[in-house]
Amino acid sequence: MRTMTPKLRIWWGVITVLVLVYALFPVFSIIATSFKLPSQLNLGTFLPKTWTWSNYEQILTGSAKDLFLPALRNSIGISLIATAVAVVLATLAAYAIARLDFPGKRLILTTALGVSIFPVVSIVTPLFNLWRNIGLYDTWLGLIIPYLSLTLPISIWTLAAFFRQIPWELEQAAQVDGATPWQAFRKAIVPLAAPGVFTTALIAFFIAWNDFVYGISLTSTSAARPVPAALAFFTGASQFEEPTGAISAAAVIVTIPVVILVLLFQRQIVSGLTQGAVKG
Amino acid sequence: MTADVATQAPEHAPKTARSDRARSEARLGWWLAGPAFVVMLAVTIYPILQALYDSLFNYRLTAPDDKAFIGLNNYKVVLTDSLFWQSLWVTTLIMVVSVVVELVLGFALALVMHRAITSLRGLLRTAILVPYGIITVVSAFAWFYAFDINSGFINHWFDWVPGIDPNLNWFAHQGTSLFVIIASEIWKTTPFISLLLLAGLSQVPTELEEAAEVDGATWGQRLRRVVLPNMKAAIMVAVLFRALDAFRIFDNVFIMTNGANNTNVLSLLAYNTSINRLEIGLGSAISVILFLCVILICFIAIKLFKVDLASARGEG
Repeated sequence: MRTMTPKLRIWWGVITVLVLVYALFPVFSIIATSFKLPSQLNLGTFLPKTWTWSNYEQILTGSAKDLFLPALRNSIGISLIATAVAVVLATLAAYAIARLDFPGKRLILTTALGVSIFPVVSIVTPLFNLWRNIGLYDTWLGLIIPYLSLTLPISIWTLAAFFRQIPWELEQAAQVDGATPWQAFRKAIVPLAAPGVFTTALIAFFIAWNDFVYGISLTSTSAARPVPAALAFFTGASQFEEPTGAISAAAVIVTIPVVILVLLFQRQIVSGLTQGAVKG
Repeated sequence: MTADVATQAPEHAPKTARSDRARSEARLGWWLAGPAFVVMLAVTIYPILQALYDSLFNYRLTAPDDKAFIGLNNYKVVLTDSLFWQSLWVTTLIMVVSVVVELVLGFALALVMHRAITSLRGLLRTAILVPYGIITVVSAFAWFYAFDINSGFINHWFDWVPGIDPNLNWFAHQGTSLFVIIASEIWKTTPFISLLLLAGLSQVPTELEEAAEVDGATWGQRLRRVVLPNMKAAIMVAVLFRALDAFRIFDNVFIMTNGANNTNVLSLLAYNTSINRLEIGLGSAISVILFLCVILICFIAIKLFKVDLASARGEG
C-alpha cells in the first residue's frame, strides 16, 4: 500500500467517521431511548436527561414481563430448531450437489432460488387457514415449518458454495494412508467443512430471528409469539403511557446478542453471504 | 479443471459398469438431496396452489358455511379496487427508490472498503455489518421513535431546515411517512448489497485497471469503462435480489404507519384482508397477484438485463 499523505489521512478519517455514524446512529438512538424516563420522553433530546433502568425492569421483572419473556423463549427456541433442521437437510443436499453427479442437481438449486424469492405473504393466507384447521395455529411447530422456507434455500446455496471449495481428494489420500473411510471423513473432511456449516447456521439463524410476517400472522398468544411480533403488541405500564421505553429496552435486549455474534464472526459471515451469491 | 478430468475418465470404462455406477450415484444423490427438495416444495408449492384454489371462492372465516364458487370474481374485485392500485403504486415506488439509493450508497461503501488499508477495512466492515444484524422491526422502531413528533429528536435537531419544525408530524402525511419508511429500509439492507458489490469489485482484474491508469484514463473513465462492465453480473444479482426483497416490504410499514395516509403496500393489504378481516378468498387473490408480480419482475430482469441467475450465483 502507498504511504499516505496527511491530506489523504484526513480524508480517510472523515470517511471512517461518516461510515461509523451511518452504521451505528440508529442503534445508539434506540439505546438512548431505552434509558429515558417515561415522563421525559417528549423532551426532544437525543440522550436521556436522567438515565434509568426502569424500562428494563419493566420488561424483565415488572408488568411487561409476561409479554416479553415468553416471546424471548419462543424466539430462541423456534429459531434454533428451524436453523438446526434447515442446516441438517441442507448439509446432506449440498454434499450431494458438490460431490455427486446426478440428474436434477440444477433443478434443486433452481428450486432453492425460486423458494428464496417467494413472497412470504403469499404463503401466509393458506397456512393461516390450514393451521387453524389442523391445530398448528399458535404453536412452535406451526412457525418452524414455514421458517424452513426462509432458512433452507439460503443454507443450500451457501453450503454448496462452501463444499465446492473443499479438496475432497484429501479423503482418498487419508484412506491410501491407511485410514478407514469413517476416519478419513472425520479427520480430513469434517474440520474443513465445519466452518462452512457453522457460518450457514449463523446466517440461517439471523433470518429466522428477523422474521415478522409469519410471527404476527400464525400466532395469537404468548404460547408461540416470537419477539418481533410481540414488540408490536406491547402496551404501556398504564393505559395513559406509551410503551416507547419498554419496546426500546426489549429491542436492545434482542439486538445486542446478535450484534455480538455478527462482530465475532464477521469474516465468516461476509464470505458466507457473498459466496452463495457471487461467483468467487 | 480437475473435476473435468475426473468425470471424463470413466467414459472409457465398460458401458454397463458406468451406467450402474451412474445410477447408484444418482440414487444416492436423490436420497441425500431429496428431503430438502421435498420440504422446499411442501412449504411453498402447496400453499400457493391452495391460495390459487381458495381465490376462486367467496370464502370468509366469519361465515365459513357460505363458501361458494365465484370464479374470477375475487380478482375482479381486487383489480377494480383503488386501494389495490394505490398499494401497488406505493410498493413499486418504495422498491424503485430504495434499490436505486442502495445501489449508489452500497457501491460507495464497497469502494471505500475496497480501497481502505487493511486495518481500516476491518473496522469499516465491522461497522457495516451492524445494520445487517439488526431485526427489521427493531430498525423500524428506532427510525420511528427518532422521527416521532412526541418522542423524536429529529424535529429539534433539524428545525433550521426549511419545512422541518417541532410541530411536523412525519407520520401524518404520505410523503414524509414514506421518506422515513424508505430510510429505515435502506439503512437495514444496504450492507447486504454493498458486500455483494465488494465481492464483485474484488473480481475486477487489477491489471486492467492499472493498464487504464497508465494509459492516462481518469478515475471516472476507469470506473465507467473498466470497473463497472467487469462487475455487471454482481450488480445485476444485487439489484434483482434487493428489488424482490423490497417488493415484499411489510415490517417497516406495519410498525410505522400500518398503512395509514396512503402508505399501504401489497403485503400489508394481503395481511389485513386475510388475517384481520378473515376474507380468505379475497386475501388469497391478493396473494396470488403478489406472487405473479414477483414472477413478472424476475422475468423482466432476466429478459431485459439478461441476468443469468444460475451462472451469476456460481453455477456456471
